[in-house]
Amino acid sequence: MPTPSRYWREIPQRYRLEAGKCRKCGTISFPPRLVCPQCAAREFEPAKLADRGKILTYTIIRVAPHQFEDQTPYAVGIVELDDGVKLTAQVVDCDFADLNIGMRVKIEFRKIYEEGQAGVIYYGYKFVPE
Amino acid sequence: MVGIIGYGAYIPRNRIKVEEIAKVWGADAPSYKKGLMLEEKSVPSPDQDTITMAVEASKNALKRAGIDPREIGAVYVGSESHPYAVKPSGTVLAEALGATPEVHTADLEFACKAGTEGMFVALNLVQAGAVKYGLAVGADTSQGAPGDALEYSAAAGAAAFLFGKDDIVAETLETYSYTTDTPDFWRREYQYYPQHGGRFTGEPAYFKHITGAARGIMAKVKKKPSDFDYVIFHQPNGKFPFRVGEILGFEKKQIEPGWLVSKLGNTYSGSSPLGLTATLDISKPGDMILIVSYGSGAGSDAFIFRTTKRIDEVRDLAPRTRYLLDKNKNYLEYGVYAKYRRKIRKAE
Amino acid sequence: MRDVAVVGVGMTKWGELWEKSLRTIFVEAALLALEDAGLDRIEAMYVGCMSSGLFVGQEHLASLLSDYLGKNPVPTVRVESACSSGGLALRQGFIDVASGMSDVVLVGGVEKMTDVTGCEATYALGTAADQEYEGYHGLTFPGLYAMMAKAHMAKYGTTREQLAMVAVKNHENGSKNPLAQFPFKITVEAVLNSVLVADPLRILDCSPITDGAAAVILCPADMAKKMKKPAVKIAGSGQATDTIALSSRKDMTWIESTHLAAEKALSMAGRKIEDIDFFEVHDCFTIAEICVTEALGLVGKGRGGKAVEEGLTSLSGKFPVNPSGGLKAKGHPVGATGVAQAVEVVKQLRGEAGARQVKAASLGLTQNMGGTGGSSVVHIFEAM
Repeated sequence: MPTPSRYWREIPQRYRLEAGKCRKCGTISFPPRLVCPQCAAREFEPAKLADRGKILTYTIIRVAPHQFEDQTPYAVGIVELDDGVKLTAQVVDCDFADLNIGMRVKIEFRKIYEEGQAGVIYYGYKFVPE
Repeated sequence: MVGIIGYGAYIPRNRIKVEEIAKVWGADAPSYKKGLMLEEKSVPSPDQDTITMAVEASKNALKRAGIDPREIGAVYVGSESHPYAVKPSGTVLAEALGATPEVHTADLEFACKAGTEGMFVALNLVQAGAVKYGLAVGADTSQGAPGDALEYSAAAGAAAFLFGKDDIVAETLETYSYTTDTPDFWRREYQYYPQHGGRFTGEPAYFKHITGAARGIMAKVKKKPSDFDYVIFHQPNGKFPFRVGEILGFEKKQIEPGWLVSKLGNTYSGSSPLGLTATLDISKPGDMILIVSYGSGAGSDAFIFRTTKRIDEVRDLAPRTRYLLDKNKNYLEYGVYAKYRRKIRKAE
Repeated sequence: MRDVAVVGVGMTKWGELWEKSLRTIFVEAALLALEDAGLDRIEAMYVGCMSSGLFVGQEHLASLLSDYLGKNPVPTVRVESACSSGGLALRQGFIDVASGMSDVVLVGGVEKMTDVTGCEATYALGTAADQEYEGYHGLTFPGLYAMMAKAHMAKYGTTREQLAMVAVKNHENGSKNPLAQFPFKITVEAVLNSVLVADPLRILDCSPITDGAAAVILCPADMAKKMKKPAVKIAGSGQATDTIALSSRKDMTWIESTHLAAEKALSMAGRKIEDIDFFEVHDCFTIAEICVTEALGLVGKGRGGKAVEEGLTSLSGKFPVNPSGGLKAKGHPVGATGVAQAVEVVKQLRGEAGARQVKAASLGLTQNMGGTGGSSVVHIFEAM
């Protein structure tokens, strides 16, 4: 069982969607990085992601890894946020039949999974219909 | 002068009807509906809990307040369904809002009045000048034992209030708390479901404390029921708020805007707080609002608020309470409800 | 850089090999390859394996496998690049011989996947994705490819039936491969009625969980010319990387790393894609094969679905793809796949492929990729 450190380290991203904006070319990296993927520059300023966007593609997971077994079936999508950043997360509070490419969604704070009855509870972002 | 500078609500979208629960336990749905004045209740999805709802309600409050979350000096989450027994809900909330690290946080419990407890503490800290802004949230994903009367009403929801001294939306004119040791409803450590004293939860508990707090606060400010535009009482079922209102001399129309329970259920620590957010949603500047919570164990917190002009500017900066109550509802069958609420015993 | 030849190939029957451990499977394939080459001494060994640690709790394969093959103290390297571990091991072996550093090199690939439950296997395979920003949210490999499929279908009109036809074609070929895990034919209806794994992908769109190993022996071409069996030259090798997360790609329906790796391999070989007679590609999911045929330049962007529908990629078609049965029918013991592709190509170029022989084959291409295209390795083989 991993210690909570890997989860805790990403909290600014998981809870507050903190990203990094390249000072040279303006590309927003989420999560923040040391090297800009676009122009290889190394200086960034803090940025927060937009909290809504549209679905680019999605699927419904019916066979899941063990931590998510109880949740199947669940929808996961790649969303293009209104600031151009593409984000991967579950899409909830939506009937599967209503899911479609182009659908507008917004971010909500939800539980991602728990480590059994006694372990840590992992939180993060998911998408809900706008 | 301290007051509410922002308020927010959050209600999950799932619902289950009284008939659906009654069907499984062989109970008489019409008599429950009539006796409790209850039609359906909210049900949290498996990925929702007190913390997730507190975060969303607080974000709505922040939208209305328009302040920098780093200036929030105190964060209190009142609930009887904190996700951890040890590890605060407040730290996750404070972190999610960006209020950390310079913030005081505590988790509170007092059955259904843990939310107003937080309000009491937060506003007094602001009043004392100890913090600039204080946040109080009442949130619960309450559990009712299967087949028990409380299963029909135990629901989920959250309400958040930010207190400050500037740009006030509703001034806090007075507070009053009435507390005794009355074991009407309780849950021992390691027990999954609470227990209660049946009819003992009525007169010696709910009614005694609410009337005690209401009369106490009205005496303190020398006001009578007709001086208020609205009143919100704790809503364990649909009947009690109207009955206690009648006992105290309030009219139905003062109670109705904040009366959500028939379609929401009892959101425990969120109950009267959500009644308050719903009332603020429709109030006009200058309205006098009385809120009296009730928590088993037992006690009531009473507050008198008076709205300012700013209510008109902020109410639509975040979703209104009844919008969250009525939109995008998803009705569940009992089996799915039981799965979501972990009432089904699974392999270890 | 000198020319490099493949002089021996070996592969065990693939499937759920309950009686055999990881070390046994590897050694069996390696011995077959050494026997096929008629060689005994090797100077270096490269082993492709994605995740022996998660599957059987074993790392340090360099020591374990050279030990059990009886080849200590030969320098050995375990290579990992998710599902392209095998192809990448081949490339490292190729570089070792081409550079003149070693003469005879064994390249093997192995994966033992059935000692964990299905859920744990799904988790282990998922480590090829971005753990914190894809896996954390509950994504699986079928889920990622399903999203690529949905995007491809929306953008180009690729149909559910065309995806099924990839699986049907590969089973048609695999039914002629005695070493395949599933050597039988299937129908389009069977695919369309099979259980959903991640919409729109069904279980028969997905390559299976397999235990297996494969190995090849490399040596300088000059040395190969003096040997008995017809040798096959590795004419080109190319590798490229791309973003780990699918959401970071410029175009989620296009596998840029395969496109670049192929360009490099073709350039090294002095060839164009039209010169290649047949292809062994990475059909981890049916949509993957469609995207790869486009990325290799066999067909234009978006035309991969039509190509399989029109039979262009069947054994007798214009560009036979996956005569071995592909990952779908042959199996996909992750680290072994890239090496098994080389085994198939060499057999084809030697004329040893039996019922699934591609006619007049003189140039073959293998394409092996990791994750959703985060890494790709392409090799071009030429009959000598």
